[in-house]
Amino acid sequence: MSDETFFLDDEEIPFKSGQTIIQAALTAGKYIPHLCYHPEFKPHGSCKLCTVRIDSRSVTTEDGQTVRIPGRAVASCTTPAQSGQHVESETQELLDLRRTLVQMLLVEGNHFCPSCEKSGKCMLQALGYELGVFDPHFPQYFSKRPVDASHPDILLDFNRCILCELCVRASAEVDKKNVFSLSGRGPTKHLICNSESGELGDTNFAATDKAANVCPVGVILHKRHGFEVPYGERRFDLEPISARPEQYAPTKEQV
Amino acid sequence: MGRLPVRTSNHNGNGANDAASIEAVLARHHHDGTRLMQILRETQEAIGWLSPPTLTAIAQGTKLPRARVEGVAGFYHFFHTRQMGRYRVLWSDNITDRMLGSVDLMQRMCKKLWISPGTVSEDRQVSVDTTSCTGLGDQGPAILVNYRPITRMTADRVDAIANLIRHDKPLDEWPAEFFRIDDNIHRKDIMLGHDLAPGDALKALSSPQQVLEAIKASGLRGRGGAGFSTGQKWEFCRDAVGHGANPAHYVVCNADEGEPGTFKDRVLLTSYADLVFEGMTISGYVIGAKKGLVYLRGEYRHLLDPLNAVLERRRQANLLGAGIQGRTGFDFDIEIHLGAGAYICGEETALLESLEGKRGVPRRRPPFPVSNGFLDQPTAVNNVETLAAAALIAAKGAAWYKAIGTAKSSGTKILSVSGDCDRPGIYEYPYGVTVAQVLADCGARDTQACQIAGASGTCVSPPEFKRRIAFEDIPTGGSFMVFDGSRDIFEVARNFTHFFADESCGFCTPCRVGTTLLKNVMDKIHDGHGGEYDIQDALLITKVLRTASHCGLGQSACNAVNDTLKKFRPSYELRLHSRKFEPAFDLDKALSKMREVTGRDDAGAHFYVERRKHSDDENRTEAPR
Repeated sequence: MSDETFFLDDEEIPFKSGQTIIQAALTAGKYIPHLCYHPEFKPHGSCKLCTVRIDSRSVTTEDGQTVRIPGRAVASCTTPAQSGQHVESETQELLDLRRTLVQMLLVEGNHFCPSCEKSGKCMLQALGYELGVFDPHFPQYFSKRPVDASHPDILLDFNRCILCELCVRASAEVDKKNVFSLSGRGPTKHLICNSESGELGDTNFAATDKAANVCPVGVILHKRHGFEVPYGERRFDLEPISARPEQYAPTKEQV
Repeated sequence: MGRLPVRTSNHNGNGANDAASIEAVLARHHHDGTRLMQILRETQEAIGWLSPPTLTAIAQGTKLPRARVEGVAGFYHFFHTRQMGRYRVLWSDNITDRMLGSVDLMQRMCKKLWISPGTVSEDRQVSVDTTSCTGLGDQGPAILVNYRPITRMTADRVDAIANLIRHDKPLDEWPAEFFRIDDNIHRKDIMLGHDLAPGDALKALSSPQQVLEAIKASGLRGRGGAGFSTGQKWEFCRDAVGHGANPAHYVVCNADEGEPGTFKDRVLLTSYADLVFEGMTISGYVIGAKKGLVYLRGEYRHLLDPLNAVLERRRQANLLGAGIQGRTGFDFDIEIHLGAGAYICGEETALLESLEGKRGVPRRRPPFPVSNGFLDQPTAVNNVETLAAAALIAAKGAAWYKAIGTAKSSGTKILSVSGDCDRPGIYEYPYGVTVAQVLADCGARDTQACQIAGASGTCVSPPEFKRRIAFEDIPTGGSFMVFDGSRDIFEVARNFTHFFADESCGFCTPCRVGTTLLKNVMDKIHDGHGGEYDIQDALLITKVLRTASHCGLGQSACNAVNDTLKKFRPSYELRLHSRKFEPAFDLDKALSKMREVTGRDDAGAHFYVERRKHSDDENRTEAPR
């Protein structure tokens, strides 16, 4: 325990040494948008939705004008909190940035919410609502990503993959199976399965694996389980993603 | 590392021979998964490509998850998980190659070989494609054939090569003249004109502490582009403690010279390798490292054997190995690792990942490599030129070095000059030289712009030609591309957006998606469908790239577009059709099918861009977007 604090949008937030900004903020009940961060895993900072600015300052010029010098932009999930630091999160600039990032993810993959089993419990969709994303803005990639239905219990729909690597991390760290990995790079980066055929059915993946239940979007789906809760009554239909930030707070000690 | 089998005899079966070849490679690398890059490359050189069973065998041999091995193979441009042709031709696609006619020449080659770019011929004989700058900008257009560089391509040379490929002539029997690579040194200063014999700088060594003080006092800063104080880096590294069961310190030489338009490290490693290796040895002496690694870009595969020969000669002369020059405890040796076509691996933490046999994704910093580098041990990563400079300082003293250059940038800088000038090549100047001076020396006329420090660098226009090459003014890793009045600056910027979209590692959203979106916007403008809307979009994307990207690649991927929009706006505006939004496809053309069906061809059945432009002019008061 320690009584160190930093400031998030001028609100004082306590933190324990070693905690990152987002971990401390969520624990204190302040929401910062995120996709690749997950309370049970070591943050790796790829989606950049949680970008914040640190230690912006104002200076007064010779002619008496006040000029704002923006601070460093960092991923709050991987940046350790520091005592006395001033962190900006809910500024217009950062909200615009996050909206654009969601739009980028929406055009990169093929996201058709009305036909998706994860609609209403999808973090990407929920963030779209949260941030006021009314259109994808950019031209769609229309990327071709075949689905993988080879596994008896699990369907993989790569069209919706946002490359957050949560399944990769879950399978490696929790399940100790290394079922998933990433291949390609840049625009060709994609998720692959640990088998010579490339198919999930040829791996030792199980529906009870942590990796089978960690996907924030609609890639890893359980067969024969669909629409058990109707649209309109699902998690993010009932409350926005930003409600109860504590639910995303880290569940155990981790540095 | 011995000479590998002839690379032109790429048989592609998966028989017993292949299994033996894979096992031989694995044994040579002690089945060590951290050596995966070298294992994959040598396997591919031996048996042609990395088939699914081959990857499985390598995964089993190294005890790595198979998907991890496939993920690494899939990351690098020069690894092939699909069967390739017996001849693989790659055209360097930098803007300077294009200016020398590479696009038409490549088309000619494809026509001669009856294939389209990016595909493998049906008889599996040949494929032709493009690749990022191969570091031969002063003697382009350049190509790689099975990763061996051929310079100065002409129509005649294209025809000759097409013939050789069709007649299945092994590369070793091709005219030697094709493979000639010149140093093209036009201006020498203290480094390129040095008079040291191998070992001289080592002989001059005092205590590690004193050498460190000298490096610090010399004001030497990193030559790769970032310009961090070399002395400070070595001090941090020296003071850091190794961890775990095998604590150690490492020296890494960053020879992943990928910035478009840079080729000075190629020349240093071709003709000044002793100086570079001596710098590495001195770095090892200062920080307490026993081992140095050179990360050589895959495009410089042709330097591997000559460099290994230099290392061997130095070992024989007791300039490497145990008890160097008879000093007990001064043990140091150097090993060369080859990259496989990834610009991002020039970023030091991505380079370290690659050295450890992983995908070249930049690490989070802190911690920095000086405390947690190669295999998590304290590591000093330095540019080729920096290490050569360190050797000079060790031999001749800090004061001598400090007196050269400017107050904040001591010493000299080697520039790789290419583009529109009479004498492209290598120029070494004391820091502080003006852009105008360089232009005069290389014989540039009617210069419209200079792109300094490569695709991620600065585009300099004539009013700025009095600016200086120095850390305090225009810093550069060495790339200096010249464009005369006949060039289209928009095309330069567009070429760079293609480069970054190809080279983004894809780790973070802004760079993975943003570089491609920016490329698409530039292509849309190029294709004649651009409007003011698209310029605004380009600016929006550049802002996201700059603010939120994980590493320097993404943050600087937009520099060229930003700079040229500011300084060469007319070259964009010439192409804009509409002040408002214009879709990327041709609306009128899209209606042609319907005109055919309905038999109509009147004005109402057409969609004219001109008419839209006209109505735009009437609606001037309306703000774009």
